[in-house]
Amino acid sequence: MFTCGINNNPTLEGQTMERTRKLLLLLAALALFAVACGDDDEAATTGDDGDDMAETGNDMAETGNDSEMMDHLGDGSLGTITVEPGAEVQIRSLNALTGDVALFGLPIHRAIEIAVDDYGDIHGFSVSLGQGLDDLCSSDGGQAAAQTIVADEQIAGVVGTSCSGAAVAAAPLISEAGIVMISGGNTSPALTSDLAGTAGENYNEGYYRTAHNDLYQGRAMALFVFNDLGLTTAAAIHDGDPYTQGLAQAFVDAYEEIGGEITGFAGIAKGDTDMVPVLTEIAAASPQALFFPIFQPEGNFIAAQAPGVAGLEDTQLLAADGLLVAGYLALEETEGMYFSGPDSRFGENVNQSTGKSAVDFTSAYESLHGEAPTSPFWGHGYDATAMLLDAIESASYVDGDGNLVIDKAGVREHLDGLTGYNGLIGLINCDAFGDCGSQKVTVIHHLDSNDFEGSTDNVVFEYAPS
Amino acid sequence: MPPPVTAENNKLNRRLGVDAFLTFMRVVMSTFVILGLLMFIGQQIDPDNFVASRINPDATGLTAAQFEGLVISGLSQGAMYGLIALGYSMVYGVLGFINFAHGEVFMVGAMTGMITSNKLDESGAWESNFLLSLLFVLVIAIICSTLTAIIMERVAYRPLRGSPRLIPLITSIGVSFFIQNVSVVLLGPGAKSYPTLPEWLSKKRELLGFVTIEGTRLMVLVVAAISMVALWYLVERTKIGKAMRAVAEDKEIASLMGINVNRTIVTTFAVGGAMAGVAGILWGLLFRSVVHTTGFLPGIKAFSAAVVGGIGNMGGAMAGGITLGSAESVAPLILLEPWGIDGVSQLKDAVAFLVLIFVLLVKPTGLFGERLSTEDRA
Repeated sequence: MFTCGINNNPTLEGQTMERTRKLLLLLAALALFAVACGDDDEAATTGDDGDDMAETGNDMAETGNDSEMMDHLGDGSLGTITVEPGAEVQIRSLNALTGDVALFGLPIHRAIEIAVDDYGDIHGFSVSLGQGLDDLCSSDGGQAAAQTIVADEQIAGVVGTSCSGAAVAAAPLISEAGIVMISGGNTSPALTSDLAGTAGENYNEGYYRTAHNDLYQGRAMALFVFNDLGLTTAAAIHDGDPYTQGLAQAFVDAYEEIGGEITGFAGIAKGDTDMVPVLTEIAAASPQALFFPIFQPEGNFIAAQAPGVAGLEDTQLLAADGLLVAGYLALEETEGMYFSGPDSRFGENVNQSTGKSAVDFTSAYESLHGEAPTSPFWGHGYDATAMLLDAIESASYVDGDGNLVIDKAGVREHLDGLTGYNGLIGLINCDAFGDCGSQKVTVIHHLDSNDFEGSTDNVVFEYAPS
Repeated sequence: MPPPVTAENNKLNRRLGVDAFLTFMRVVMSTFVILGLLMFIGQQIDPDNFVASRINPDATGLTAAQFEGLVISGLSQGAMYGLIALGYSMVYGVLGFINFAHGEVFMVGAMTGMITSNKLDESGAWESNFLLSLLFVLVIAIICSTLTAIIMERVAYRPLRGSPRLIPLITSIGVSFFIQNVSVVLLGPGAKSYPTLPEWLSKKRELLGFVTIEGTRLMVLVVAAISMVALWYLVERTKIGKAMRAVAEDKEIASLMGINVNRTIVTTFAVGGAMAGVAGILWGLLFRSVVHTTGFLPGIKAFSAAVVGGIGNMGGAMAGGITLGSAESVAPLILLEPWGIDGVSQLKDAVAFLVLIFVLLVKPTGLFGERLSTEDRA
């Protein structure tokens, strides 16, 4: 009897063990999957367009030989694009069109559409924007869209991306294909330079942007918090994205440089909802100010949960341009926050290529889309498009057969040497690493969740690099 | 004669190797946890003690209020995991497969709540008669998520009854994607918010004189407790519950005893769906934002919670949820931070899954695991 019981047990045990082992394996796999999902790796594979480059290079040599070249920029070193009579010059918009960041990216995309309409033809060829591409505000989205773009050899340039995280993956592919990419929304220093002559780790030739470099934005916020608000301890939270991490770091560095004390620098994972742990980590040192330059929806949770965490009751909350969107400012708990962002008081500025002013633009935007732009980077997107079309115009000529020939190297040459350009955002000068923005940064004080424009006009601090 | 080199012998050696490795992992993980805990206690006593100043010079220690906040946040998050985990556990108990689409049932609850509460907010009822509106929202959400679960069972799982267990499992992943995408098509991909809660509910309040807790989190805990008691009553004290337990024990014999197996299985799905609906509303009220992927991570975590507690055991599911939620909230700061690791809060999800691995290493059946029957259910 007794031995019978013992004999029975091992089989039972064996089956249970077998079962749990299978379960354990399954779980381990799932856990890895889930953790990997939250992780935005910036691994960007380089495309296999080396061959294509060689081909277009040959095409170029041929066309170069048999046509009387008109006066244009470029030495043909990156190949050419030939647009046949009746066809259109192809450029693309690559911005955040869906998801939580659409409020930020959609106005840029729409500004690009309006700019293309306003600009008109290039040497008698009309310009087509094609289907708007979505950068999904992630490196995956940026990479997928860039692959679509480089697969089409007719595309002469890209206006985008909205998010720096997407640009980190898209820029290498687009650069490799010899075309240019001008962003109206990227601000991460990694994409251009440290402003002291060293290229950022994600800098690629052919990358330009009209948005500011976050080293300026971080400094502007640091100066405002330390000097104007008189707060001497601060903490920062990022979400691991190149934009948020770069800006939080720029703020921290500038703040410490001018004498402030940083009490905490923490990260969250995209997709987190419960912010109490990270806020508690920050609250341990009770900072007077908390800067979280992240996106929605994580920004919502921080604004809602911070006042409830012991040690953060009186902490001043600060955010940046990624959250400076209508949907975020409409939340009651964001009242009283300060936001840094581009100076959007474009006033009477006129874009020299299209001749349209900021006022013309907003009325065109409102009549087309029935609402005012929901984020401030539309001016940057508009100027970026006009600059790209200008560059294509000066780098192209009509050959003997009536084809428009665009010299890819010439497009870059035009933008590299661009100085004194008047855009909606002010005076545009491109530096050696593609930073073209006017670099004017403002801090606004958000007081009324029912009045987005009132809040964005409530400028309490302005900064322009000396 | 030399000992025969047989497959048997190799197998034995391999098993010994695996056992040794598992023991090694157990020791390493326990040591890591115990040392982390000791260092945390050291930091609390003196943030500048000689260990902390060497390993984690930025140590500041936590105040009592902060620690309390962490624990409460962990408990409320865990209670929601627990409610979702019940659905995983019950379906596993009855059918022996894991319904991965259960996270989406939770999302449907949260989405329905969002739509209903926003409509009520527009009509003004949300402000003028909050409690009644909340009850209405809760009922609608429960109905919708229950219906989702029932339809899911009828359309996707019943035709597969009797097929190998892997097949409904994979189907459930498909169902999960399907529901997510339907939500994108119907409601769009952006995050949607719940209306603001009245001040009297969301404000902090003193409880029993020493605990300060936000009203919303208190509500989450209370509602979860009520649901749990109701579920316990249903399963242990009613005829339907008895039928469910019988079907879980052995479907064939249960049907010989005159139990309608199909109806019992549907009931199980319905009850699990209702619990997920309740969790969805609580999630919505607490975080006030839902998106079509809301169900994914909580779903996986709740499944882990069900396994941590011992899958198939309902009390275990709740306990597993609370354990996982608390660990996720508290462990990064008290176990990892003393090691001087950067960005501990980003490791929250990793911690949750490490807890799972740790529990399975130490107690493979889960905290309250029991051997259900000898029928192989993996």
